[in-house]
Amino acid sequence: MNTAVIVFPGSNCDRDVAVALQAATGRPPVMVWHRETELPPTDLIVLPGGFSYGDYLRCGAMAATSPIIPAVKARAAAGTPTLGICNGFQVLTEIGLLPGALLRNRDLRFICREVNIRVERNDTAFTANYAQGQVLRIPVAHHDGNYFADDDTIARMEDNGQVAFRYCGPNGELTDRDNVNGSRSNIAGLYNEGRNVLGLMPHPERAADLLQGVTDGAPMFASLAASLAA
Amino acid sequence: MMADSKNTPRPNDLMGLTPDEYDRVVDILGRPPNLTELGIFSVMWSEHCSYKSSKKWLKTLPTEGPQVICGPGENAGVVDIGDGQAAIFKIESHNHPSFIEPYQGAATGVGGILRDVFTMGARPVTNLNALRFGDPQHPKTKHLLAGVVAGIGGYGNCIGVPTVGGEVNFDPSYNGNILVNAMTVGIAPADRIFYSAAAGTGLPVVYVGAKTGRDGIHGATMASAEFDDDSEEKRPTVQVGDPFKEKLLLEACLELMATDAIVAIQDMGAAGLTSSSVEMASKGNVGIALDMDAVPRRETGMTAYELMLSESQERMLMVLRPGAEDRAMAIFRKWELDCAVVGETDSSGRLRLRENGEYVADIPVPPLVANAPEYDRPWTPTPAAPVLDAADVPAADDLCDVLKRLIGGPHLASRRWVWEQYDSQVMADTVHGPGGDAAVTRVHGTEKALATTTDCTPRYVAADPVEGGKVAEAWRNLTAVGARPLAVTNNLDFGNPERPEIMGQLGGALQGMGEACRALGFPVVSGNVSLYNETNGRGILPTPVIGGVGLLDDARRHMTLALKDEGEVILLIGKADGWLGCSLYARFMGVADHFAPPPVDLDAERAAGDLIRALIAEGEITACHDLSDGGLLCALAEMAMAGNIGASLDNPPADLPLHAWFYGEDQGRYLVTTNQPENVLRRAGSVPVAVIGRTGGTALTLPNGDHISVAALAAVHEEWLPGLMAAP
Repeated sequence: MNTAVIVFPGSNCDRDVAVALQAATGRPPVMVWHRETELPPTDLIVLPGGFSYGDYLRCGAMAATSPIIPAVKARAAAGTPTLGICNGFQVLTEIGLLPGALLRNRDLRFICREVNIRVERNDTAFTANYAQGQVLRIPVAHHDGNYFADDDTIARMEDNGQVAFRYCGPNGELTDRDNVNGSRSNIAGLYNEGRNVLGLMPHPERAADLLQGVTDGAPMFASLAASLAA
Repeated sequence: MMADSKNTPRPNDLMGLTPDEYDRVVDILGRPPNLTELGIFSVMWSEHCSYKSSKKWLKTLPTEGPQVICGPGENAGVVDIGDGQAAIFKIESHNHPSFIEPYQGAATGVGGILRDVFTMGARPVTNLNALRFGDPQHPKTKHLLAGVVAGIGGYGNCIGVPTVGGEVNFDPSYNGNILVNAMTVGIAPADRIFYSAAAGTGLPVVYVGAKTGRDGIHGATMASAEFDDDSEEKRPTVQVGDPFKEKLLLEACLELMATDAIVAIQDMGAAGLTSSSVEMASKGNVGIALDMDAVPRRETGMTAYELMLSESQERMLMVLRPGAEDRAMAIFRKWELDCAVVGETDSSGRLRLRENGEYVADIPVPPLVANAPEYDRPWTPTPAAPVLDAADVPAADDLCDVLKRLIGGPHLASRRWVWEQYDSQVMADTVHGPGGDAAVTRVHGTEKALATTTDCTPRYVAADPVEGGKVAEAWRNLTAVGARPLAVTNNLDFGNPERPEIMGQLGGALQGMGEACRALGFPVVSGNVSLYNETNGRGILPTPVIGGVGLLDDARRHMTLALKDEGEVILLIGKADGWLGCSLYARFMGVADHFAPPPVDLDAERAAGDLIRALIAEGEITACHDLSDGGLLCALAEMAMAGNIGASLDNPPADLPLHAWFYGEDQGRYLVTTNQPENVLRRAGSVPVAVIGRTGGTALTLPNGDHISVAALAAVHEEWLPGLMAAP
């Protein structure tokens, strides 16, 4: 299985996700510099976490104008699985592959914390190795993860089953207290309509091996490796 | 042109130099300096850059050991961590700027220390800090705390280096002088470390990074003076940080360092272009000629004086091999950085600056560096502190209530509100982040891990600088996670060195530090001195912060402080004398802090630490926590809260009153839990080991039956700081 990680100036989780991808697939991903205009043959595109362009202007806004972005959009539209983590999620909303936007956290501070998220469906390439409704322990680390979309968009996404993960309590209960950043409908991760594009604020690559303390992110990479291996 | 200092009139503004120092400049140049030259001497001879008051004392510290690759004198210290790898680390203060503008002051403190480490070829892997604020109720404290924490997070999070540990404390002595000490640890191949000596002439001097602006001019001089009520007017001397630019600079430098293009490299930190160029010329025994017109700048009309003294951030100066310019420039352009050849090395031994084709400064480098003043300032030793008899401290009626108030009070309450604002996990190698005795970070791609900590107990140092200066707590913290302590970096934060009692504190603390570092095999490899931490003549508590680094051969074998299971035996390792002088308990009961702090028995310290490390390595214990502020009961409460498991405690040794047993702060001690106590006792040798209780239940239960639930403790422990910050 071939994977590609897009590297923007200011990306800082590119190596972390590369390690997790290699562990799951047995092969190192191709690291694609943002100035490229073409993608190599790949079964998965990853937009990593970090602070592309220092979060200046608006998180992900400047990365959205990078030369590589048209190729990413074209591949995603053609069905290539595309994963955006944290800043990568922000970029996905900026380039229109996912609806809505990520606003400043409800309490206006950066939050680095292990949280619970609930798996909303397990019939996608990203989540096949989880159980539906499973509660995962995965860290978040962001200043702007407060998901927002208007009422119609939220309703449409709920109808389409586009919500991938929700912040929750230890038993999967959806409470305001557990909604770490104030996201609408406790949304921690979202699919596009075709469910080949996933954006999420939590960092599965930081929960991928035993020494990191939690390993609930590892099945995401294993799911991708299993469903995309061909 | 030759002039004699004796009959040269001095200008009105000596830029912080004393009249004697000014005369020395005239003697060196053989003429009065012009404005640019005077500025250069002023920053190079500032306390911040020259260590002129502390050098005499710093020379007494041990700096060598088989693990040391490079001790003090370079940008950071370097120690061997095996397998051809080196850990490179340093701590540095940004106290004065952080008080004036907390966000930018703290942010650029982090940026500066990161540059010190990656300048030497290391990829930074962890950040730590040591913060001191004034009274929590002081009107400025919350503003300063919120700004500093946001600044540290804003910089470290963006550049993508995890902030894994540190300390935050409060004391009214810091009301007008907060302390912001930032530490970075990096890892490099041991055979590819970059130094600052620009050996060779005719080599291109290359500037890379941000453009030079007018920010931070004379920052180093500001950091070498006391504050008064008008200090906030010094805001223009605080630099502004751009962590995104630094991330680009970091990646560009590491990419270039993978080639053989670089002869010498130096970051532009305090005193900017001046100190970086002088440092490289001095270490390389060469001259440097700089073309001011070639320096990338943010605005037009900047003078040579401004360009040389600006402390604009995110800049590097390097000397390249001839012909390597094109390759370097290609890398810098890829990372969208400004870069320019701004000069070359020569055989003149002089720093010469050209502007519009004319020399505007011409200074011989050796005397600029070597003739910096060095003061043997008068000092008076701190008077011996009386020993406090535990029997003279009242026994509290309700020891559980005391515990609740201590664990939920300013000194011991959870710092979660602070460290959740720091990304402690980016780079994906954090094994144990904030909240433990020491942070544990896997060395990327290996099974090893680094343990890191920062520590200082200023009230001990104030009462007895020699005992308080002993660095045992940092050593103990590294030991408690199972690491072999390797070396330290220190940040000496003190008041005005022109006062003999302050110099007495500094000298005493360094004496204690030297003794302890020698006895524990824990040399000092880098450090920083911050003096003049005074406002209107009132100094801070003496605060010699220790940053400690240790090594675990197997990251999986790291130990944590959380209780793991019910029914385990709790053991106290080390001797309990019930020492209450300078303890939090004594303070809580209204006893002043001027009694003697607990003495450090370095032989016993070493024996206890070696035992702990062996027990961890052999898998004999399940949890370990060192005893410090608040003594045994507070340490046990922290273990209980972390594991969400209670404990029952046995009666104390017959000769100790209950309050001294539980709250005494004797040094060299640890609490451990085990399900094989006989193995620990057999292994202990000369180290005192006592069974003190058992884990289990949901409360801490004292031998007299008093108890408090772990949940209630956790609630007060977690409430205090968010409550303080949310209060209007």
